[in-house]
Amino acid sequence: MPAETGDEAGRAAERVARESFGRLVAFLAARTRDVAAAEDALSGAFAAALHQWPKSGVPENPAAWLLTVARRRGADVARRRALETGGADRLALMAEELEEAASSPEAIPDRRLALMFACAHPAIDRAMRAPLILQAVLGLTALDIAAAFLVPPKTMGQRLVRAKNRIRDTGIPFHVPDREALPERLDAVLEAIYAAYARGWHELDDGAPGLVEEAIWLGQVVVGLLPDQPEAKGMLALMFYAEARRPARRTDDGAFVPLEEQDVARWDRDALAAAERLLSQASASGPSGRYQIEAAIQSAHVARRFNGAVTWPAIVALYDHLLALTGSPVVALNRAVALAETDGPGAALAALDPLATDERLAGYQPYWAARGALLARAGQSVEAREALTRALGLADDPAVRAHLRARIEALPSAD
Amino acid sequence: MRYMMLIHHDEAALAKAPPSLWGDYAAFNEAAAKAGISYQPGDRLQPSAAASTVRVAGDKTAVLDGPYADTKEQLAGYFMIDVPDLDQAIAWAARCPSARYGSIEIRPFVAA
Repeated sequence: MPAETGDEAGRAAERVARESFGRLVAFLAARTRDVAAAEDALSGAFAAALHQWPKSGVPENPAAWLLTVARRRGADVARRRALETGGADRLALMAEELEEAASSPEAIPDRRLALMFACAHPAIDRAMRAPLILQAVLGLTALDIAAAFLVPPKTMGQRLVRAKNRIRDTGIPFHVPDREALPERLDAVLEAIYAAYARGWHELDDGAPGLVEEAIWLGQVVVGLLPDQPEAKGMLALMFYAEARRPARRTDDGAFVPLEEQDVARWDRDALAAAERLLSQASASGPSGRYQIEAAIQSAHVARRFNGAVTWPAIVALYDHLLALTGSPVVALNRAVALAETDGPGAALAALDPLATDERLAGYQPYWAARGALLARAGQSVEAREALTRALGLADDPAVRAHLRARIEALPSAD
Repeated sequence: MRYMMLIHHDEAALAKAPPSLWGDYAAFNEAAAKAGISYQPGDRLQPSAAASTVRVAGDKTAVLDGPYADTKEQLAGYFMIDVPDLDQAIAWAARCPSARYGSIEIRPFVAA
């Protein structure tokens, strides 16, 4: 339909605008260490591009277009702020950098990876790494980011400003770390991108420009710029597996559908194919890290649900591996759930027992839901009711709540 | 960038440190001096038991017989380096033998 085509073109134009913006911010910030000043210098031009390009089309050289507009507006801003104290030097420096970039816009190197490493530096508060990347590399506003991270917009704005000042003032470098430090530092970048994806995954309104799309796009940028890093591919694969199942996780009426009951016809085949390809490339090229193992578990679920392949033993083995790597109680929980399929609910419940005292799980809804389901399968209805009721009390999603209520009602009544 | 590296020692842990610590320190000083960075070794401070803290409120001068904050780790010394970025400052902090007996706070100087 023509309307849809127009919308698609509009989104493509927005994508190019964000890509060009991110490249220019990265270039200017890497030379000056001043992310905020780089964004300031480009923000007017970026807003104009977001407004114009979807209607009039993307210019032949988007970066040159942005730089031209930024320089014209920069002169106005400089005049307006000439009397203000402080910041004048920064403004002048940024104007010089703009001039230099504009003199050969086709020669601007892609420093977005360096910018991401600066945003995810260990000296930056962990919770701010994803928001910083979303803003600096994609040009998302504090308002958009605040909504996704459930923080008031004003607070998010202040935290972003503080984090950017910190990058500038502490001398955080804009470079891809050397081989020795790369794996650990890349982890932080991947963690930030995946955090953005996980935030977006919970958004149900498919009309809203979600974080999932942005996170996947960032993942593709990282894979494209660091093709030798298997964990980056593993993370992108993991996001594609989750993405493939997104349309099937709710019925048309919005009811929650657990993995086992999902209609595989609604899984996105293209996303699955992309995930499988990335995972096999990652597995071929190096040792497995957290994301590759998680992606491999998803791959095993796909094979099981599509072809009826017996992959539960492989899934348990993968969880063993992941548990040894992370020591996470959530991984231990998922492992126990998989164990129920190979060794029965009794074995799974025995595996859960050591977790009962873990305070991190006391308020974790999926723990109580899983425990309740296992107890029901083991025929312990009274205990199952107790656990499922606890899960119900912890659930905040109405669809999940309805699902849990149905499970409680399905239990044989105690007499 | 110029950084002040503030050494904070866990004094109890330091008391149990082997004598080889000071040999390690001599090696660290030498390595830093020869590394081609601008390095200024600092001085050692006496333990926090020797500290006095002064505050003036109005016309009254109050003297406290102890350190500014009674925490487990206490300021014990400092050195200064001039390196291109925070990553290199972090690398030197990690090499400093004191990092094993407390912590090193990295503070950039205000640019002149």
